[in-house]
Amino acid sequence: MDPMAAYALRRLLWAVPVLWAVATITFFLMHAVPGGPFTQDKALPPAVNDALNRRYHLDKPVWEQYGLYLWDSVHGDLGLSFQGDRSVTEIIRNTFFVTAQLGVLGFLVAVVIGMTLGTMSALNHNGPLDYVGVAFSTIGASVPSFIMGAFLVIFFAVDLGWFKTLGWGGPRHLTGLLDPFAWDWRRMVLPVVAISTLPTAFIARITRASVLEVLNQDYIRTARAKGLAEVRVVLRHTIKNAMIPVLTLMGPIFANLVAGSFIIETMFSIPGLGRELVNAVIRRDYAMIMGTTLFFTLIITLANLAVDLAYAVVDPRIRYR
Amino acid sequence: MAADSTGAAALAGAFEAEPALGRPRGLWSDAWRRLRKNRLAMFGLAALVVIALVAFVGAHVEPFGRYAPNEQNYSAGARQAGPSSAHWFGTDQLGRDLFARVLEGVRISVEIGLGTQVIVLIIGLLVGGSAALGGRFFDNLLMRVTDITYAFPDLLAIILVRSVLVDRTWPVVTNPRVLIILAIALVSWTTVARLIRGQMLSLAERDFVLAARALGAPRWRIVFQHMLPNTLSPVIVAVTFGVPTAIFAEAALAFIGLGIPPPAASLGTLVSQGYAYIENNVWNVIFPAAAVALLMLCFTFVGDGLRDALDPRTR
Repeated sequence: MDPMAAYALRRLLWAVPVLWAVATITFFLMHAVPGGPFTQDKALPPAVNDALNRRYHLDKPVWEQYGLYLWDSVHGDLGLSFQGDRSVTEIIRNTFFVTAQLGVLGFLVAVVIGMTLGTMSALNHNGPLDYVGVAFSTIGASVPSFIMGAFLVIFFAVDLGWFKTLGWGGPRHLTGLLDPFAWDWRRMVLPVVAISTLPTAFIARITRASVLEVLNQDYIRTARAKGLAEVRVVLRHTIKNAMIPVLTLMGPIFANLVAGSFIIETMFSIPGLGRELVNAVIRRDYAMIMGTTLFFTLIITLANLAVDLAYAVVDPRIRYR
Repeated sequence: MAADSTGAAALAGAFEAEPALGRPRGLWSDAWRRLRKNRLAMFGLAALVVIALVAFVGAHVEPFGRYAPNEQNYSAGARQAGPSSAHWFGTDQLGRDLFARVLEGVRISVEIGLGTQVIVLIIGLLVGGSAALGGRFFDNLLMRVTDITYAFPDLLAIILVRSVLVDRTWPVVTNPRVLIILAIALVSWTTVARLIRGQMLSLAERDFVLAARALGAPRWRIVFQHMLPNTLSPVIVAVTFGVPTAIFAEAALAFIGLGIPPPAASLGTLVSQGYAYIENNVWNVIFPAAAVALLMLCFTFVGDGLRDALDPRTR
C-alpha cells in the first residue's frame, strides 16, 4: 500500500480506541457523581421517581446501561437530555452550528493575524516591530480569554458603543449562511476577538521563531546571493518552509478553541454548544454532559487527525515512521 | 559534574549573593546568576513577593485590612462606588470593599496555583518514575493515559472530575478549595509525568549512571542521588508554568459558575459578578481582571526566566 494511505489508515483506526476510552471514562465518571439527576431539595414521590428512572433507563444495572449507551452512541443516538426531554443529538444539531462559526472565525483570525505578526517580528528582528510583536504574544498568551473579553467589552461596547455584547450575530441554520440579512457583525466581533487572542499569540510566537530559524539557513543565503528580490526570498523561500512547525500547533489550538467556547459563549450569552454544556453541568444533566463530551472529543480527534495528515503531506519523513 | 554538585548544600549556595572566590560554581548558582540578569523575570519575582506580602500578611494590618471581604454596607452611596481614599478599588453591588475582596481572590488564586503544582509534582514523580523504571507495563499505561488526556480538552476534563468530587462527605474534598485543587491536579499531571519519564529514560543511558552502576551503587541510590536531581531543572520550569495554568483554570471555572461557592471571592467569581453590573460600574471588572492578568503574567515571566536560566541552550 502507498505509505501515505497506510499512515492515514493507521491514524484513523487509532481514533477508535481513543473515543471508546473517552466514552467509557465519561460514563463511569458520570455514574460516580453523587446524587441522581432528579435529586431535589424536596424529594419526589417514589412513583414519579420510578417512572423517571424507567424513562431514562436508570433502573437497569450499570453494565446494561453502559452497553446501551455505547450501542446507541455508535448509532449517533446520544440519549435523552434530563432537561425538557429533548434528544441530546437534536440539541447538538441545533447549537453546534453557532459554536462552529465562532470557532472557525476565531481560527481564521488567529491564523491570519498570528502569522502576519510573527513574520513581521522575525523580519524586523530586534527592531521596534519585533518588540511590539513579542510584547503582544507574551501578554496574549498569559491573559485568559474572558479577561481579554471583559476589557474589550468595557472599551468597545460600554465606552465607545461600537459593538453589542449579548447573543450571536451569525445565522442559526445552514440555510442562513448565504443570506446577508442573517449576519449582524456588531454581535460577532468581540467574542471572535476574545476567543482568538490566545491562539493568535501562540501562532505569532511560533511563526517568529520558525521564520528566524529558516532565515539562517544556507539556501536563503544562496537565494539572496544569486540576487533574488527580498520579497521573493521571503514569500517563496522562507514563509513556505517556516509554516511546518506552525502546523503542529493546530491540534492544541482546536482544543483551546473548544474550551474557549465554554467561557466565551457563557460570557456573551451565545446560544452555542459550549454554553449548553456549562448549563448541563450546573443542572447535573448527565446525559447531556456525556453526549457533549463525546461529541467534542470526536471533533478534536478528527481535527488532530487532519493536522497529522496535513503534516505528513508537507513533511514526507513522517509517513515512514 | 552537574550530578554531584546538586543536593541541599548546592541549593543553599544558589541563594547566596556571591559565591566565594575559587569555589567551583555549580548548576544552581550558575542558574541563579543568569536569572538575576533577566529583568522581566526579576520584575515578575519582585511583583509576586509584593503581591503575596500584601495579600497574605498585609490583609491583617492597617490600612490593607480595614474591611473584611464580606463586610456589607447598604447605606446610601456605599454600593457600586468608584475608587476613593476610603475604598481604593471601590465597592460592589452589596457595598463590600473591592480591595479586600480582590486580596481574598489573590489568596485563593495563589493557594490553588501552588497547591495544584504540589500534587502535580507528587503524581508526576510517582507515575513518570514508575513508567521509566517500572518496565513495559507502566510505561505503556502512562503513554495510553497521555494519549487519552490529549483527546479531552483540559477544561472539560476538570469540569467532569469536579462534578464527581463535589457534594461528597469525604474528609478532604469538603473543603471547596482543596476540591478545586484536586480537580485541576488530577487532570494536569500528565505533562510533568511525561517529562520525568523522558528525562529518566535518557539519563539511564548516560555515562555517569553507567559509572555509578559499575561501581556497584544500589539501584535506589542511582535513582535518588544521580538521576532524580538531574531531572529537576525541566520539571521546575514545567511546574512554574503550571501555576498560571492552574490559576487560569480556577478563574475560568469560577467565571462560568463552577468554582468555589460564595461568599468566598475568587478572582473569576469577582470578574463574573462585576460583569453582570458592567453598565453601572466598570471598576468591579477592571480590578479583579487586572489582578488575574498580573498574577498570570508574573508567573509566566518567572517561568520564562527559569527556562532560560536552567537550560541556556533553549534560548
